[in-house]
Amino acid sequence: MSMTKARVAEVAVGGVEPTPAPPPVRANTWRRALRRDWRLYSFLVAPVLFLLVFRYLPMAGNIIAFRRFRPGSSIFGDEWVGFYYFEAFINNQAFWSVFWNTVILGALTLLICFPLPIVLALMLNELRSRRFKRVVQTISYLPHFLSIVIVAGIVFQLTSLDGTINQIVRAAGGDAIPFMQLPEWFRTVYVSSEVWQTVGWGTILYLAALTTIDEQLYEAARIDGANRWQQTWHITLPGIRPTMVVLLILNIGSFMAVGFEKVLLLQNPLIYSTGDVISTYLYRVGIQSAQFSYGTAIGLFEAVIGLVLVLSANVVSRRLVGASLW
Amino acid sequence: MVTDLAKTPDIVAVRTAGGTVKDSTGYRVFRVVNATVLTVICLVTLYPFVNLVAKSFSSEGQIAAGNVNLIPRGFNTTTFQAVMSDPMFWTNYKNTVVYTVVGTVIAMAITSTYAYAISRPYLKGRMFFIGIAVFTMFFGGGLIPNYILVANFLGWRNSMWAVVVPGALSIFNLLVMKSFFENFPTELEEAATIDGLTTYGVFARIVLPLSKAVIATMTLFYAVGLWNSWFSAFLYLDDKDLFPVTVYLRNLIAAATGSQEVTGGAGADAVQIGANIQAVTMLLTVLPIICLYPFLQRYFVSGVMLGSVKG
Repeated sequence: MSMTKARVAEVAVGGVEPTPAPPPVRANTWRRALRRDWRLYSFLVAPVLFLLVFRYLPMAGNIIAFRRFRPGSSIFGDEWVGFYYFEAFINNQAFWSVFWNTVILGALTLLICFPLPIVLALMLNELRSRRFKRVVQTISYLPHFLSIVIVAGIVFQLTSLDGTINQIVRAAGGDAIPFMQLPEWFRTVYVSSEVWQTVGWGTILYLAALTTIDEQLYEAARIDGANRWQQTWHITLPGIRPTMVVLLILNIGSFMAVGFEKVLLLQNPLIYSTGDVISTYLYRVGIQSAQFSYGTAIGLFEAVIGLVLVLSANVVSRRLVGASLW
Repeated sequence: MVTDLAKTPDIVAVRTAGGTVKDSTGYRVFRVVNATVLTVICLVTLYPFVNLVAKSFSSEGQIAAGNVNLIPRGFNTTTFQAVMSDPMFWTNYKNTVVYTVVGTVIAMAITSTYAYAISRPYLKGRMFFIGIAVFTMFFGGGLIPNYILVANFLGWRNSMWAVVVPGALSIFNLLVMKSFFENFPTELEEAATIDGLTTYGVFARIVLPLSKAVIATMTLFYAVGLWNSWFSAFLYLDDKDLFPVTVYLRNLIAAATGSQEVTGGAGADAVQIGANIQAVTMLLTVLPIICLYPFLQRYFVSGVMLGSVKG
């Protein structure tokens, strides 16, 4: 009843143009909002359509993990098969091998690539020469801007039998090592290249956080006789803790999706025993062998783990340190 | 917040200026060690690039003998000539330029209009429109549903659209632009409306001209991403004439390292020619980025900080 009244009132206001509208005390209905801001809403048409087609349609397309999919037929699959494909990969030894490879590679990357930017940012923060600081920053950010294809190419060049690393090995009296053919070296090579590519750029947010720490805290600490190390431990680190927590949560969320493109470029069948991860396995069986439903089931499994990891990391950090993503 | 960042005095300098006299011996030692370690980090970071340049100008024999590290040995430019005389290289290079330009234009159109709309506090349903974007950061369709959509449903196999459209909206960039646009007060729009401008007029004549910094930054983010991207092209394109240069390079590396190193021994010559050519191709691919990088670096940094402050 009240709704109709509001509408009537609106139509009346819309019809009689010159009377200045009273301050908007009435309910801000959709009809009203659309009439007033239709131009602004027209800005949303293309982006929302984009999200629907390229983000939400594929999300709904995950349904083929539960349905048999035939190329050329419906993109949502043909007949319901329940957890058939999930049982298929859970009972597959090959899947568990790539699963553990993913966990190990993700854990190594997190353990090494998460703390290093903090250390580097603290080191940069101790520099007095602004010029030198800027040079170090410029150089260390550079690898971030390279295509993964180039990074992979550089890795192959450095680790080849005649490459720099083997030149050093030979100079030290050893025999050249074919790094990219030995499963036991893959993780080292991968994590090293990740360090080279990401650590410099990773310092940016910490350096920004460092400039927001109140200078008076340091003065007070100095008066209390705290040395440089104690100042770092008791003021600097707590000061950048919120940044650390947020980045840690985000890193944990991408844990299962470890560098798909880079692993794909670096791996070869000789090193699958350590160098094959869920995402590359999924690519091989799902797209190259065209087992779409089976691959989607694995992908969905991976995405759900990622989501659960982010959400639980967020909850844990909110409870323990009071910082969270939202 | 943008202005806050800019106005923040150089705290590091202030702090250290006060502390100069009272440095303990231990801290002085630390500073020397610190500077040394940072110098070493820089040298190690730069080394692969230097090595790449050295290999580009070296002869195959010297590379094979493991003599090339910092300085070119057996100096020659024939490899450059060989790579640059390959018409396919230039076709693919041109494709990269086209994909980068088209992709960036599409992405900027979607991102800036979306960001502007959700930055207006009076937009009804604002939280919904923000939410549907942010949710896609944490959960997505995965490789295969996306592949089926693009290749089967939209039929974009061997089409430029498969490379430039699906990645056209980065939520991170969207949120950065949104927080920038939030600095424009609603009153500004009301004043402009009284002067006879519609929302379109306000956006085109007032908001965009005042947002050059953030637009430059976002354009760069998208452009570098597209320039460097390879996987969607690798996935959806079979026609060599359509490849971007990154896929050209990927195939070169795969041919030289994958097959050759696995078989080993035989065909060592081919591997060396490969190493040579790879280095030159990598250098030519990365050259535009390296050349522009020193000038553009501050835009990237400011973009990331902008995003972190309000995220």
